[in-house]
Amino acid sequence: MKALLFLLPVGILVLLILLFWKGLYLNPSQVPSPLIGKPVPQFSLPGVGGTSASLTSADFKGHVSILNVWATWCIPCRDEQPELEKLAQQKVVTIYGLNYKDDADSAVQWLQSRGNPYAKDGYDPKGKVALNFGVYGVPETFVVDSYGIIRHKYIGPLTASLISTQLIPLVHELQQVSK
Amino acid sequence: MIPELGQMALVLALCLALAQSFFGLVGAQRGSGAWMATVRPAAIGQFLFTGLAFLLLVSCLLRSDFSVLYVAQNSNTELPWIYKIAAAWGAHEGSLLLWATVLALWTVVVALFSRNLPLQFVSRVLGVMGIISIGFLLFMLTTSDPFTRLLPPAQQGADLNPILQDPAMAGHPPMLYMGYVGLSVAFAFAVAALIGGKMDSTWARWARPWTIVAWLFLTLGITLGSWWSYYELGWGGWWFWDPVENASFMPWLVATALIHSLNVTEKRGMFKSWTALLAIAAFSLSLVGTFLVRSGVLISVHAFATDPRRGIFVLALIGVVVGGSLALYAWRAPKLVSEDGFSALSRETFLLLNNLFLVVVALAILLGTLYPLVLDALNLGKISVGPPYFNSIFMPLMLPLLILVGIGPYLYWKHDTLKRLLSQFKITVWIVVAASIIILVALWGRAGIATVLGVIIAGWLLLSTAMNVVMRWRRRQKVTRGIWGMTLAHLGVGVLALGIAVTSSMSVAEDTTLAPGQSTLVHGYRFTFDGTRNVRGPNYQAIEADIRITRNGKQVTVLHPQKRIYDGANSSATEADLDPGLFRDLYVAMGDPLGNGAWSMRLQYKPLVRFLWLGGLLMAFGGILAVSDRRRRATVSVPKYTDERQAVAKG
Repeated sequence: MKALLFLLPVGILVLLILLFWKGLYLNPSQVPSPLIGKPVPQFSLPGVGGTSASLTSADFKGHVSILNVWATWCIPCRDEQPELEKLAQQKVVTIYGLNYKDDADSAVQWLQSRGNPYAKDGYDPKGKVALNFGVYGVPETFVVDSYGIIRHKYIGPLTASLISTQLIPLVHELQQVSK
Repeated sequence: MIPELGQMALVLALCLALAQSFFGLVGAQRGSGAWMATVRPAAIGQFLFTGLAFLLLVSCLLRSDFSVLYVAQNSNTELPWIYKIAAAWGAHEGSLLLWATVLALWTVVVALFSRNLPLQFVSRVLGVMGIISIGFLLFMLTTSDPFTRLLPPAQQGADLNPILQDPAMAGHPPMLYMGYVGLSVAFAFAVAALIGGKMDSTWARWARPWTIVAWLFLTLGITLGSWWSYYELGWGGWWFWDPVENASFMPWLVATALIHSLNVTEKRGMFKSWTALLAIAAFSLSLVGTFLVRSGVLISVHAFATDPRRGIFVLALIGVVVGGSLALYAWRAPKLVSEDGFSALSRETFLLLNNLFLVVVALAILLGTLYPLVLDALNLGKISVGPPYFNSIFMPLMLPLLILVGIGPYLYWKHDTLKRLLSQFKITVWIVVAASIIILVALWGRAGIATVLGVIIAGWLLLSTAMNVVMRWRRRQKVTRGIWGMTLAHLGVGVLALGIAVTSSMSVAEDTTLAPGQSTLVHGYRFTFDGTRNVRGPNYQAIEADIRITRNGKQVTVLHPQKRIYDGANSSATEADLDPGLFRDLYVAMGDPLGNGAWSMRLQYKPLVRFLWLGGLLMAFGGILAVSDRRRRATVSVPKYTDERQAVAKG
C-alpha cells in the first residue's frame, strides 16, 4: 500500500505526458465561434485611410468571401500577410480586411509597402465591429458563404499549409453548394 | 564563419556534456576515482563552449549579421546596442541557448564550490545535470538552431518585438532562467541522494543554499516580469494568470515549499522523502512550463507560431528526466525513514501545513492551466479558464497560510505548549485587534470584506514577524543572518499581500476622451491634456502627449505617455507614463486618436501598487541574507557526510 503511494507521482506524470501528447495534436486556437451558422452582423465601415472603398455587411452577399482581421501592431500578421497576398493572386475567393484598433496612417503605409490582398478593407479603429464579430485576438479569419452566413473561423495566422489543405477546400465546397 | 563556429561550439559542448554525465554517473557507481576526476573538467569545458556559442550569437547580433536567420528575424541595424544583446533571448532559439548557457553556468558553479563534498556525491550531481544539458543541447541542435544561415542575407532585419524593447524585459528572462534552471541543482542533489540511497541532515544543509539562490532569482524574475507588464503592456495590470505566468509561478510555489521542507530535513532529519519529491517537482514544473510555452499546447499571449517537433522533443525530455527521477523516487524513497517524531503543536506541524497549502495552491493552478487541455483532449468542448477561477482558488488558500506564517517562527521544534505560544502573542494580539477596528472603520463602505480581511491579515503577518525579532532581541538571543533572512522574506510576503489587497480593490481607472486643453478628475487628481507633439526615437517615431496633473491647484507632475511606431517592425506600441510613489501611482496610457487632436486615454490612480514589487524585492533580499549566513558557509565545508547523528545534535 505504502509502495503504491510512492508510485503515485510517476502515475501522475504518465497521465500528464499522455495529456500533453494528445494536446500536441489538438489545435487550441480552433475555438468554435458562437457566430458560426449565423449571418454576418450588420455593419458599415469606411475604407482604411479613406482611400479604398467602404466595407458593409451587404458586401458578403452573392459570393463566398473571407474576412481577415488584422492590424499593423500584430506581429503574427506579418507572417500571414504574404500568404494572403498569394491567395489573392490565385483569385479563388474574395478577401475582405477588417483593420482592427489600428492607426490609419500606419495601416495605409503597411498596405503600400507590403501589398494589399484585400478587395475591400474596413477601418475599425475602436474595434466596435470586431466586437460584434466576437474577435478577441488578431489575426482572425472568418469564412462567409454566398448567403452571408459565417461558416468558419480561424484564430491565429493563416499558413500556407492551412490555406491549401483547409481554407481552399472549404471555399470550393461552399462555392459548389451555392451554385 | 562565426555562425559555424557557434554550431561547432555547441557540438563540442554536447560531447563534453555526454562525458560529464557518463563519467559522473557510471564513475560514481563503479567507485572509480579516475573516472570521477574527469567530471569537473568536463563540466568546466561544457560551460566554456556553451558560453562561447552564446557570445558568438551576441556578436552576430551586435554586428547585425543578417546572413543568420535568427538575427534577421529579431534584430535591426537601428536597434540600440543594449537591445541587440537582449535580442539574444528575444525569441525561441536564442532563449534556448540562454537556457543551456545558464544551466552550464550553474553546473560549473556547483563544480567549483563543492570541493568539500564527497567526490562520489558531486560526480552524481554533475552527472545528472549533464543529462539535462544533453537534452537541451540536442534540442537546440536538432530543432532550434540559432545559427541557421539565411541565404541570400536580408538587407535589413525585422527588428526585435517592440514590447521587448525595455530595460525590465531585457533583464526578466535571464533572471527567470537563473531561477528555473537553478532548480536543477536541487533536483540533481535529490536524484544523487536517491541513487546513493542516503538523504540526511548534512545533505539538506548542502542543498538548501542552492535552492534559496535559485528561488531568489525566480522571485526577482517574476517580480520584474510583473513590473514590466504593469507599465509596458499599457493597461496597468500586474498579473493575468496567463499560462506562461502560471508556468513560472508553480515552480516558485513548490520551491518555496522546498526551502521550508529542507529546513525540517536539515534541523530534524525528517520529511526526507517529501523533500526529495518537492526537489524533483520544482524542477519538473520548470520543464513542464517550458513545454507549455514552447509547444503551442495552450493559448497564451507569449506563444503563437509553433513547431510540433519542438513540443515532442520537450515532451520526450520530460519523460526521460522527470519520469526517470520519479521512478527512482518510487524505488528508493520508501527506504528513507525519519529519525524522529514530533507533536501536533510544533514548528514541524506548521512547516508541514505551509507545504500543504503551497502545494495545494500549485496543484490548483496546474489544474486550472491544464483544464482547457483536458476537456479538449477528451472531446468535451473548448473552454478557457480565466482569472475568476484562479482568484477564487488562490485567495481562500493564501489567507489562512498568511495567518500561519505569522505564528510558525515562534514555535519550538518537536514540541511546544499552547500556553507558552499564547504568552508570546500578548502584545501582538491587542495591537492587531485595535488596528483591525481602525481599519474596519476607515475602510467601511469603501472596500469589500475581502479587502478588509486581506489588510488585517497582512497587518497581522507584518506585526507578528517584526515582533518575533524584537522579542529575540529583548531575550538577548542572537539574531543570525538566517533569521534576518527569514524575517525579511516573511515581511516581504506581508507587504505583497497588503499591496494586492489594496491595489486590486481600491484602484480607480477612468477611460475617457480628452481634447487638448480639457481635463478630468480622478480620485482628487486633475489630469489636464496639454496636447501632443511628434518625437523621434532611435528606431521609432512617436506621438507624445503632455498630461499635467494637479491636486488642489498645486502641480504634482507632468506625464508624457507615447504612442510609438517602430520602423523595422512597422508595429505600434503604447508607452504608458506614470508618476510612481510609495503609496500611490498615477498612470496614463494613450488609446486611439479620435480626430481634432483628441485622444482616448486611460487614467489611473493605483494605491500601494509599489508594494507588490517591494514585497518581491524584500523576499529576494531575505534570500540573499539567508544564503550569506556564515554558519551556512561554515557548515558547507564540514565534510562529515557519514556522521549524520552529530549533525542532528548540532542542528
